[in-house]
Amino acid sequence: MKMKLQEHILVPEHKIVPEKEIENILKTLGIKKHQLPKIRKSDPIIQEIGAKPGDVIKITRDSLTARKAVVYRVVVE
Amino acid sequence: MAPKRVKSIKFQVFSPKEIRKMSVAKIITPDTYDDDGYPIEMGLMDQRLGVIDPGLRCKTCGGKIGECPGHFGHVELVAPVIHVGYAKLIAKLLNSTCSNCGRILLSDKKRDEFIEEIRKRKEVNADFEDVVKEAFSTASGVKECPHCGEPHVEIKFEKPTFYYENNHRLTPIDVRERLEKIPDEDLRAFGIEPESARPEWMVLTVLPVPPVNTRPSITLESGQRSEDDLTHKLVDIIRINQRFQENKEAGAPQLIIEDLWELLQYHVTTYLDNEVSGVPPARHRSGRPLKTLSQRLKGKEGRFRGSLSGKRVNFSARTVISPDPNLSIGEVGVPIEIAKELTVPVYVNEHNLEEVREYILREEHPKANYVIRSDGKRVKVTENNREELIEKLEPGWIVERQLKDGDIVLFNRQPSLHRMSIMAHEVRVLPYKTFRLNPAVCPPYNADFDGDEMNLHVPQSLEAQAEAKILMSVQEHILSPRFGGPIIGGIHDHITGLYLLTRRGNRFTRSEVMELIKTIDVDKLPEPAIEEDGKKYWTGKQVFSLILPDGLNMKFKAEICENCDVCKEENCDRDAYVVIKDGELIHGTIDEKAIGAFKGLIIDQIVRKYGAYTARIFLDNATKLAIRAIMHFGFSFGIDDEDIPDDALNQIIDVIREAEDDVTNLVMAFRRGELDPLPGRTIEETLELRIMQSLGRARDRAGKIAGGYLGLDNSAVIMAVSGARGSMLNLTQMAACVGQQSVRGERIKRGYTDRTLPHFRRGELGAEARGFVKSSYKNGLDPLEFFFHAVGGREGLVDTAVRTSQSGYLQRRLINALQDLKLEYDGTVRDTRGVVVQFKYGDDGIDPRKSYGGKAVDVKRIIEEVLEEG
Repeated sequence: MKMKLQEHILVPEHKIVPEKEIENILKTLGIKKHQLPKIRKSDPIIQEIGAKPGDVIKITRDSLTARKAVVYRVVVE
Repeated sequence: MAPKRVKSIKFQVFSPKEIRKMSVAKIITPDTYDDDGYPIEMGLMDQRLGVIDPGLRCKTCGGKIGECPGHFGHVELVAPVIHVGYAKLIAKLLNSTCSNCGRILLSDKKRDEFIEEIRKRKEVNADFEDVVKEAFSTASGVKECPHCGEPHVEIKFEKPTFYYENNHRLTPIDVRERLEKIPDEDLRAFGIEPESARPEWMVLTVLPVPPVNTRPSITLESGQRSEDDLTHKLVDIIRINQRFQENKEAGAPQLIIEDLWELLQYHVTTYLDNEVSGVPPARHRSGRPLKTLSQRLKGKEGRFRGSLSGKRVNFSARTVISPDPNLSIGEVGVPIEIAKELTVPVYVNEHNLEEVREYILREEHPKANYVIRSDGKRVKVTENNREELIEKLEPGWIVERQLKDGDIVLFNRQPSLHRMSIMAHEVRVLPYKTFRLNPAVCPPYNADFDGDEMNLHVPQSLEAQAEAKILMSVQEHILSPRFGGPIIGGIHDHITGLYLLTRRGNRFTRSEVMELIKTIDVDKLPEPAIEEDGKKYWTGKQVFSLILPDGLNMKFKAEICENCDVCKEENCDRDAYVVIKDGELIHGTIDEKAIGAFKGLIIDQIVRKYGAYTARIFLDNATKLAIRAIMHFGFSFGIDDEDIPDDALNQIIDVIREAEDDVTNLVMAFRRGELDPLPGRTIEETLELRIMQSLGRARDRAGKIAGGYLGLDNSAVIMAVSGARGSMLNLTQMAACVGQQSVRGERIKRGYTDRTLPHFRRGELGAEARGFVKSSYKNGLDPLEFFFHAVGGREGLVDTAVRTSQSGYLQRRLINALQDLKLEYDGTVRDTRGVVVQFKYGDDGIDPRKSYGGKAVDVKRIIEEVLEEG
């Protein structure tokens, strides 16, 4: 039986950003989609949550300085 | 002009066709100059290859020196030779293709699989090296060509440039023929693009001759010409080539032809790379190995690391540094000899004519060295032309004036690991030959005065000077961006001095106070705190308060604080609770926690509340006062400061004997098998742990005893508790007991079989058999202890050596990876393409230098400040 990566304590929360919100996020950041950090489609966590190339992933990490840090990544081939 | 971005760089192999096409001259004679010193046509210095002599024009492009970039020529080789740089690839290709039909030794289907995989990888910019490697290894294992059925014979490659088939040597001609047969499509499976790198081009038939600009000859003082190493090597090649040709035409025996061929191969090989293993390096007449093409590029002094990534500068100086506490932290003492050499350009205009005239007229230090006239001509100012220059002087000239007091210079100590390694200082021209700096700026540079040297650079434009002063001056870097605290602050004597000064019970007469503050700009004394027998006395705390800015309020625990369970605050027995009210030190002693570099809370608070300028003044005053104070009291440290009475000595011996007995008992219990293992440990580990614990405790107790007898007035104890230098552990080792020596955190167990030294029984586990040093440094170690101490000490040395090289390389990689990142106004960190690296700088968007203990707002501090005002 394979364990769910999301359940592991060291794996931060990954979520697919709904299509409607992407526009908003990019606008606040003042960037185009290709200027987001990337994550491979082949990344195990991407396969688990079933994201497709072009999707934007919201990652919520624990941070030493800010407790919670939100990061966005765009899925690439 | 908008900056341009390099989209891609493509490297290709030169084809013979291309070499001939770009060549402007066919070179056939090995001679360079004729008897009149004129370049010989079709020789290596042919004038069509570019110009190196001033005044002449290039015969190809007509450009003068500096305009003409130089042009390539070529040499037609009589017989092909292998290019050493590609020798290995050639061997791999020969072994992976059929010697008969030239096809790849793989089926078309398999080949296409490899090609497809490489194409895919290239598309996403991924590495395809491993695919190529696999293609080679699969193909070279095949015994029979799948296309024509020819059996494949393994080709043996012998370094550097020889190939054997069935012990029969293949000539470069044979090799070239085979490579020619490989079809374009098959090459793609090896990651080779046939249009940019046909394999037969890796066997040279024509050699490009680099332009003369690449290999300039130098004229010696004797008028003799000395040629560049590359020219020498090319002469060799052409000479042998010529001889080869003659012999071949004359129909010389095969043996001689082969010899000459091999010689040509040798010269071409060393021309390309003179450090090939297995080939004796070509040498200059003096015996020095020649610097040929590969040597020009490789290594630290090569083209890439030496000339492109690193450059040399003018207007700089380097010398030994030494301390001068009378300088401001923002100053640097520059030796007058250096100040006379370094210059700053002054642009003459209507408003500074008088000032500039003065420089030209002066015959001593701040004078003009050179003037640059409106027509751009540089004229040296001498006694004879001074008057003449003054008359002609007019706006538009530039006068190069010597460095003088108040100039802004950049001061640097390598390794430049953080931004505080280069700071802007104000010049103070001083006698003698060293750079002088206030010892309080040693921490950011990580400098000491045991022979350290530092560099100094003089910014030449007003813009650069202004920028340096505003952004790089020392006072702007008191707070470190690394941890948000002061990195500039008191060290060593500063801390000891202020500690002695502000201790309880000090009192000074008026003249003593004057003595202390005479170098400090103070114009008013407060009311004396003590009046006795009609005499007035001031406390040390009052004297220190003179340099604190008005309105400063602080409360904190000093370094000497012992962290009692319940803090008695103002009533602290050791006077370790510092209270500052309105710029007045009410309670507490000043030590490392207050003014030390890295810790100094007072400095921290002053920078934040009053700004960098006030902080600089405070630091200047504090260092001067501290030096005065330590001189007032006198402070020394010698070996007899570690003397402890026999009583104490006996107590220490008892403590150690007790611990040794304890160890013996533990070992016996272990041998009997009565030892209870600690959770998660084996019995052996438990024993080691408990022995270490027991001995560690013994050393600490010995230290306590020694410390108790030394008392708080002992110099070493003062330095240790105030944080000036050393620790109580150092003291313990000097006075009481050095303690357990360790390697990798364990007791020493290496050496002979089951024992450390032949003085012990095999398997002995006692304290002294495993490196416990019970002596103190003062009393001296016995021979066995000394040996163990050396063993433990060696580990430290090795660790530092390994750590510095490793962390240095790590730092280099980090810098290369992060150098172009920029913090944008919207708080994101991005690279030059605008790709976001951090969505908020440091996740929280806080600059440590502007934060309070890592937080943007320190609520507690604000409340206290408001309450105090109310």
